[in-house]
Amino acid sequence: MVLALAGNQNSGKTTLFNQLTGSNQHVGNFPGVTVDRKEGLIRGHKGITAVDLPGIYSLSPYSSEEIVTRDFLIEEHPDGIINIVDAGNIERNLYLSMQLISLNIPMVIALNMMDEVRANGGTIKIEQMAAELGVPVIPISASKNEGVDELIEEALRTVSEKRRPARVDFCAGVVHRSIHAITHLVEDHAERIGAAPRFAATKIVEGDRLMLDKLKLTENELETIEHTITEMETELGTDRKAAIADMRYSFIDKLVKDTVIKPAVSRQHQRSIRIDTILTGKYLAIPAFLGIMALIFWLTFGVIGSFLSGLLGQGITAVSSAVQAGLTAAEVNPVVISLVVDGILAGVGSVLSFVPTIVVLFFFLSLLEDSGYMARVAFVMDKLLRKIGLSGKSFVPMLIGFGCSVPAIMSTRTLTSERDRKMTIFLVPFMSCSAKLPVYGIFSMAFFPDNAALVMIILYILGLVFAVLSGLIMKSTVFKGNPVPFVMELPNYRLPSPKSVVLLLWDKTRDFITRAFTVIFFASMIIWFLQTFDVRMNVAASSAQSLLAGIGQFIAPVFSPLGFPDWRASTALITGLMAKEAVVSTLAVLTGAGTAALPAALSTIFTPLSGLAFLVFTLLYTPCIAAVSTVRREMNSWRAAGGMVLFQTAAAWTAAFAVYQIGTFFMR
Amino acid sequence: MTLCELEIGKKAKIKAVYGHGALRDRLLDMGLTPKTQIMIRKTAPMGDPIELTLRSYELTLRLDDARNIEVEKVD
Repeated sequence: MVLALAGNQNSGKTTLFNQLTGSNQHVGNFPGVTVDRKEGLIRGHKGITAVDLPGIYSLSPYSSEEIVTRDFLIEEHPDGIINIVDAGNIERNLYLSMQLISLNIPMVIALNMMDEVRANGGTIKIEQMAAELGVPVIPISASKNEGVDELIEEALRTVSEKRRPARVDFCAGVVHRSIHAITHLVEDHAERIGAAPRFAATKIVEGDRLMLDKLKLTENELETIEHTITEMETELGTDRKAAIADMRYSFIDKLVKDTVIKPAVSRQHQRSIRIDTILTGKYLAIPAFLGIMALIFWLTFGVIGSFLSGLLGQGITAVSSAVQAGLTAAEVNPVVISLVVDGILAGVGSVLSFVPTIVVLFFFLSLLEDSGYMARVAFVMDKLLRKIGLSGKSFVPMLIGFGCSVPAIMSTRTLTSERDRKMTIFLVPFMSCSAKLPVYGIFSMAFFPDNAALVMIILYILGLVFAVLSGLIMKSTVFKGNPVPFVMELPNYRLPSPKSVVLLLWDKTRDFITRAFTVIFFASMIIWFLQTFDVRMNVAASSAQSLLAGIGQFIAPVFSPLGFPDWRASTALITGLMAKEAVVSTLAVLTGAGTAALPAALSTIFTPLSGLAFLVFTLLYTPCIAAVSTVRREMNSWRAAGGMVLFQTAAAWTAAFAVYQIGTFFMR
Repeated sequence: MTLCELEIGKKAKIKAVYGHGALRDRLLDMGLTPKTQIMIRKTAPMGDPIELTLRSYELTLRLDDARNIEVEKVD
């Protein structure tokens, strides 16, 4: 049995889903789009799957979230729907319920946050509401796990008795007449595609192109329909979409008047407004935001992250040396020892070093998201991102990009629009991540000791400039067309549920570690192999004779227009694919200088100008393997990830070329 | 008058919602239907977007989009 969980954003849907399924979840994608599809088995009941659909406000045909929800409900025939409704925000929530009811699938309404409504002194006449809507209504509190068992019982009863909604007709007068007429006309077509005739007719009256196309009506039928709707519009003096929206809200207004005694004040609402005098206040909003983000960065990349990373590093070193000692004592072939220690353990270690950052960062991010603050950030920062065709919601992921692209890309999952999400993922790697900092540091020290800070600032800004330019280009090419409108709810602030936070952390960590031991692990083995062997498959006598150096030599001419044709530079860039800071350590090894003497040794390979070109290239070229594999995972497409690698490398080459050539011209 | 001409803190009633496509559908879906009472609570620190209160919740939209909403003041 499959139960679909549908509801508005911020209605507590994820909390309810977590209560229903526990950690027994599977996250996938809806076919063809990067919209999450979460599934899980309901605890304590055998063989009942809950599917968590995206949080939506309507079944309109615009955003991919709305379309996949519709398609899922119509084409995959779930046995029932649990519609979660925020009792404190009941009017807008019921708007979706009415559309779900017209699908004519067995359905139960879970009236969430009833505890708050009651505590504030409000009441809802549950039975009367259920009678007027024609579906069972169960009051619950998802966060306190109250009423959830009753909800499941009622859902199972409704589904096993195949009890469809008792009424699917909420309209009166002229609208009623035209929906009725069109229902008859499209009945056969609708049943053929598995949609409820009433739902299909209502969507047609609303002017839903997608539904019209799906039904494959004849010329004649289309004409009759258009005539009927135009007549309705003339009679009402309003257009079709407004007529239907108005009809739904009129019904809801009456229903709410009959059955809901709203509390005079909602404490949660009042509290939110008070908090917002600071967090979205005219003068304090931006300082408060910067303060919060600075604190998160400091804690993640400074205090906690570095402590955990250090601990992990010590652990890995201890394991490596123990393994090395053990293998040496057992007189194992040195190549095998190198494979285990330098290849496997070092590879795993470098990948695992991401984990503390991801866990800590996502801990804070889930607090921001679940508390409702993320919506405020979008509100405050929207104006900045609008010009490149994004909304304020993309601000936080981009900011996290300055720390590490991997969690930044993973965090785009909170963006509700697929288009914004793809675009943001594409732009995040232009933010200079913290792993590039050692490269900037050592080059600035070597070539611009007096202006080191200035060079770094220029690089950071250059990354931003490229992000803006790419955004503008994408806005008018790949992502042409209308962005999803920025009409966003600012939900009441709430305390995040510990369970949701823990589940999210577990989900993200597991996801990353799975990838770490597949794609990233495989890639680090390849790099190890290339570093260890020479062309004749013997163990290379020195790193200069390795296969990797050979490849470096082979591609080096590509970089001569950029001013650094030396094979050691190109080899370092290849190892930078593993992790950007590896650029520094590779240069240290290949110049034979070691890290301390590296700045001096660099001047044998680079001039200050070609050093700058090298920095620009390092800033912009393809993100590391961990980030690329994250892009693939989040966009669900190797093509997208590959396209990004090519695009960024081309951008990097062009920019470094421009820096070197223009610089050479002026220095002549 | 349009919604962006309404002063902060003053209540108004929606007369009509213009515009087209996804934006208009979205506005209507979010409950900005004729006769609904709304109030502008504040503008964002950079002057845009704005925060509205309607149907006992808070909604934010951009000034450009708010121009599509015709309102009349209520006392």
